[in-house]
Amino acid sequence: MDIFLQQLINGLVLGSVYALIALGYTMVYGILELINFAHGEVVMIGAMVTLAVVNALLASGVDLPGIMVVASGLLVAVAVCMALGFAIERIAYRPLRRAPRLAPLITAIGVSIVLQNIAMIIWGRSYISFPPILPNTRHDIAGAGVTDLQIFIFLLALVLMAGLVLLVNKTRIGRAMRATAQAPEIAGLMGVNVNAVISFTFILGSALAAIAGVMVSAYYGIAHYYMGFLLGLKAFTAAVLGGIGNIAGAMLGGLLLGVIESMAAGYIGDITGGFLGSHYQDVFAFFVLIGVLVFRPSGLLGERVAERP
Amino acid sequence: MKSRLLAVLLSALLLNLAACGKKEAAPTTDGELVVKIGAIQPLTGPQSHLGKDNENGTRMAIDDANAQNLMIGGKKVKFELLSEDDQADPRTATIVAQKMVDEKVNGIIGHLNSGTTIPASKIYSDAGIVQISPSATNPKYTEQGFKTAFRVMPNDVQQGKALGDFAVTRLGAKRVAIIDDRTAYGQGLADQFEAAAKAAGAEIVAREFTTDKSTDFMAILTAVKAKNADVLFFGGMDAQGGPMIKQFKTLGLTAKFLMGDGGSTPEFIKLSGGAAEGAYSSLPGQPLDKMPGGKAFADKFTAKYGQIQLYAPYCYDAVSVMVAAMRKADSADPAKYLPVLAGITHDGVTAKVSFDAKGDIKDGAITLYQVKNGKWEVLETVGGVAAAK
Repeated sequence: MDIFLQQLINGLVLGSVYALIALGYTMVYGILELINFAHGEVVMIGAMVTLAVVNALLASGVDLPGIMVVASGLLVAVAVCMALGFAIERIAYRPLRRAPRLAPLITAIGVSIVLQNIAMIIWGRSYISFPPILPNTRHDIAGAGVTDLQIFIFLLALVLMAGLVLLVNKTRIGRAMRATAQAPEIAGLMGVNVNAVISFTFILGSALAAIAGVMVSAYYGIAHYYMGFLLGLKAFTAAVLGGIGNIAGAMLGGLLLGVIESMAAGYIGDITGGFLGSHYQDVFAFFVLIGVLVFRPSGLLGERVAERP
Repeated sequence: MKSRLLAVLLSALLLNLAACGKKEAAPTTDGELVVKIGAIQPLTGPQSHLGKDNENGTRMAIDDANAQNLMIGGKKVKFELLSEDDQADPRTATIVAQKMVDEKVNGIIGHLNSGTTIPASKIYSDAGIVQISPSATNPKYTEQGFKTAFRVMPNDVQQGKALGDFAVTRLGAKRVAIIDDRTAYGQGLADQFEAAAKAAGAEIVAREFTTDKSTDFMAILTAVKAKNADVLFFGGMDAQGGPMIKQFKTLGLTAKFLMGDGGSTPEFIKLSGGAAEGAYSSLPGQPLDKMPGGKAFADKFTAKYGQIQLYAPYCYDAVSVMVAAMRKADSADPAKYLPVLAGITHDGVTAKVSFDAKGDIKDGAITLYQVKNGKWEVLETVGGVAAAK
């Protein structure tokens, strides 16, 4: 039982990171029907910028508590990633807004490769380690261990998600986002500045991505220039699992995917008697995705919507 | 995926064309003999720090050889380094190997990983080019019957056995958990370790797997925790080992953590974020300060390139034994110096280098290390001839 609980904790922490990234995919898809494949790279840039700031602060000998150092790094990273998200949309997607749907998909992949290579040039090819300056005390819950950092990551993710739901449902800009998602032309006719709404969506998603990037690198203690690829793919899977375009779906899909992966890696070897080992962890996540797509193509929470004209 | 494959094929084709173009420049200029030595290792990706280390070791040996103004076949020799990136990827390794063959190199120092060395060795063997791997330890490499394949580091049969014995007799292991990264090196070493630990009387309670690109090990470590292991062995490289021991401590595991040569680096300690204290590892060969030329090598290398990561001294030896064979045979033609190399005895930096019938180094030693105060400290050396003076 304690092992089950431990796997659940592992899965929820991992899943909350997936969920934050998945939100970026799903918001953009909801409004533009575009898969922003460069989103994973924004996560990576967020982690890298934070590490650069943290290491620079530590090297300059500033006497601040660890959490303040990371928080200042995070602030810079969020700002950089917001600018980056805005720039990506402006440069790579807006000129292609009326182009066939395949064209922005290709530029998305292009942007992703460009960002990876820029990061490689700036920060090098090796793994960069995250200095162990965050509190990481272990607490015992019914035999399972949970650290301060894990609790913090999970709670912060929940707060951010709650904040996002409020923003989308209760504010003026949120209403503009929903209107644009439903019918961009009509929203424009009703006085919504569609371009501003789209830019805002990218900026918001990128800010969440930056935070997720910091979480991942602090949690695992490392960052490297291609970390965004698999993270992005997993988060995209989570978004599809929950129903792409659906904000609650992305959160559910992310948490679910994290837990499924954790459980699969923990138990698959025992269940199959060693026939399938824990290296099938990643495969299992995608296996679940295929299952969902076959039986419920719109995702767990996705609604079957009429084809938009 | 398809497009990437196409791109790789296209670039390989272009490289080949470029190589063909270069061939017109005669290998000899003004009575000077140009000897090309290919060095192949990952220069991008998670193991690039090790690859760069290998390249530097090789480069230093070539610079030293050039400084001696050697004569081979009555001509002054100029050694030339051709360094290539195989990304630690078996497919890329074969493409790069073919490129080296097309370049008509006189010898190969590489590759770094077992997974890349083994498939590439067939290409070199077919072309008759001598290959000395500084660091591939999977036994299969020299068991394929290729006359051109040599290595200057003891293989995993010896290392796995030393590790297994050490775990049981010195660490008192009764319940052993094993994780490997499913590469030729990691899996091979883990299998040898498992056999040795079993033979010494320990029970294998868990066998888990990861990949050489993973960063999340929480789930498999939790599975290991469930089995109450007292020793955890990881067959893999430092880029996974460092984060793994960090997560291992996060989960509150108390088992002893043991790795092979892939983890025996400063990078492992750095990536662990302070969690590496007390971890064990092994490294084929003598510790650097006990190596015949270790001190002098370390001083020279650090002055030139900075901290030694892992295999640089072995790369240096691989080059110097190759050059020694060329001088003895008075030819840089692989067909001529290969028989000389097979029977050579050479005083290297790491050990007295001589090869057995398969191409493995004779009398290899294995040294065990432990992290103490943030540094790898020598525990003991098993086997081998004590520091040849």
